[in-house]
Amino acid sequence: MLKYTEDHEWLRAEGDEIVVGITKHASEQLGDVVFIELPEDGREVEAGEEVVVIESVKAASDITAPVAGTITAVNAALADAPGDVNGDPMAAWFFRLKPSDAGAMDGFMDEEAYKALVG
Amino acid sequence: MAETTRRTGLYDLHVELGARMVPFAGWQMPVQYPVGVMAEHLHTRGKAGLFDVSHMGQVLVVPGDGGMPAAAAALETLIPADVTGLAPGRQRYGLFTNDAGGILDDLMFANRGDHFLLVVNAACAEQDIAHLRTLPGVRVTPVIDRGLLALQGPQAEVALARLVPGVTAMRFMDSQVHDWDGVELWVSRSGYTGEDGFEISVPEARLEAFARALLDQPEVAPIGLGARDSLRLEAGMPLYGHDMDVGVTPAAAGLGWSIPKVRRADGARAGGFPGADVILPELGSPATTRRGLRPEGRAPIREGVPIFAGPEGGAAIGTVSSGGFGPSVGAPVAMVRLPADIADGATVFAELRGKRLPATVCTLPFISPTFKR
Repeated sequence: MLKYTEDHEWLRAEGDEIVVGITKHASEQLGDVVFIELPEDGREVEAGEEVVVIESVKAASDITAPVAGTITAVNAALADAPGDVNGDPMAAWFFRLKPSDAGAMDGFMDEEAYKALVG
Repeated sequence: MAETTRRTGLYDLHVELGARMVPFAGWQMPVQYPVGVMAEHLHTRGKAGLFDVSHMGQVLVVPGDGGMPAAAAALETLIPADVTGLAPGRQRYGLFTNDAGGILDDLMFANRGDHFLLVVNAACAEQDIAHLRTLPGVRVTPVIDRGLLALQGPQAEVALARLVPGVTAMRFMDSQVHDWDGVELWVSRSGYTGEDGFEISVPEARLEAFARALLDQPEVAPIGLGARDSLRLEAGMPLYGHDMDVGVTPAAAGLGWSIPKVRRADGARAGGFPGADVILPELGSPATTRRGLRPEGRAPIREGVPIFAGPEGGAAIGTVSSGGFGPSVGAPVAMVRLPADIADGATVFAELRGKRLPATVCTLPFISPTFKR
């Protein structure tokens, strides 16, 4: 199951965890990504908490936790190759999150709704 | 208050090329094209990039009865440079200073035989023109019917020479008139990227046609303001309003080199410009000066980031004035004014998101310029 946030993150449900990345639209808006700071594995986060710093040639942005939970893995390879976010944003995941609540994916946009949002 | 933004003569072409347009200094300008800042930057260093810099102010200073010597002497009352000694067909870099020793703007000025051509920053143009109009005995005429292009990169010469063969004989900082298809081009061999290249003033009516003719050359790609900024940053070139402003003296801005011996203390035409009493004594031993910074790691250190001497405590010793990722360097680079006693190679600390990250102080530029001298 793939869902989208208004902050242009994609969320993919895998078992009882959620994998988080950013959309093609977001990567295009950011421009060439040159630096990514990932959260620490095991960190407990609140919904909306800034967990990733992403810097492009133009500016710094934050990626927030879509829901409350615990970070269970981070994509360390991405920190060494931040440009992968521009190359294939749907494959360039940032972190895995185990949500505190079941049904955490409810309420986010499906692909059709997200496409309508970004036009 | 809503401000109207102006369009250059290439607005429609930028849109056609897929540029992302942004307001800049009162103008709608292309910040990047679809390939993006990184690719545009590297294209310019590898081949040739075409920049629309029509937002910059072009101003003619035409002598009165005193002729060029009197006009040069008049300009020297505003600019601490050797205007008098500038030969016809040559261009120099200079500064407008104020009585407190601060920098009002930086500019290029060319001797075009019977008048001077000045190119000033867009945001300062109106103020500069008013400033110039205080000069006695000269006529100050803004050029309103010409756009300005920059063609920069190691293949700029070969690309431009197919259209304008005469430019191959030009040297760095030459300023000449050339013909293209019956159009009078004002060409200087100069730029703002650290690469060889040309800046070309073109009549508005033929601006788009000439830009398209350049873009038709296989070496040439359009480049936006984003890459212009990273290119000039790597080349160690300061940007007005960021690396210098009215609160910064020439020495602190690292621009003391633009003030020649003849205008310094004991020179034949020492002083005689605004703020000379502040600017000249400081030249030999400025308290602070503009330096390069190479952050360790990959995180860009941008404008506004405070710099500290140690990993914790203490007061900031400087604030980054320009910074970002340097695509040709392959790492972040920054410029900052620091106390002069900090040695090259010293480690300082940039405070970013609550952490102090080490960075090495270095001389500018970050890349070796390839001007055709």
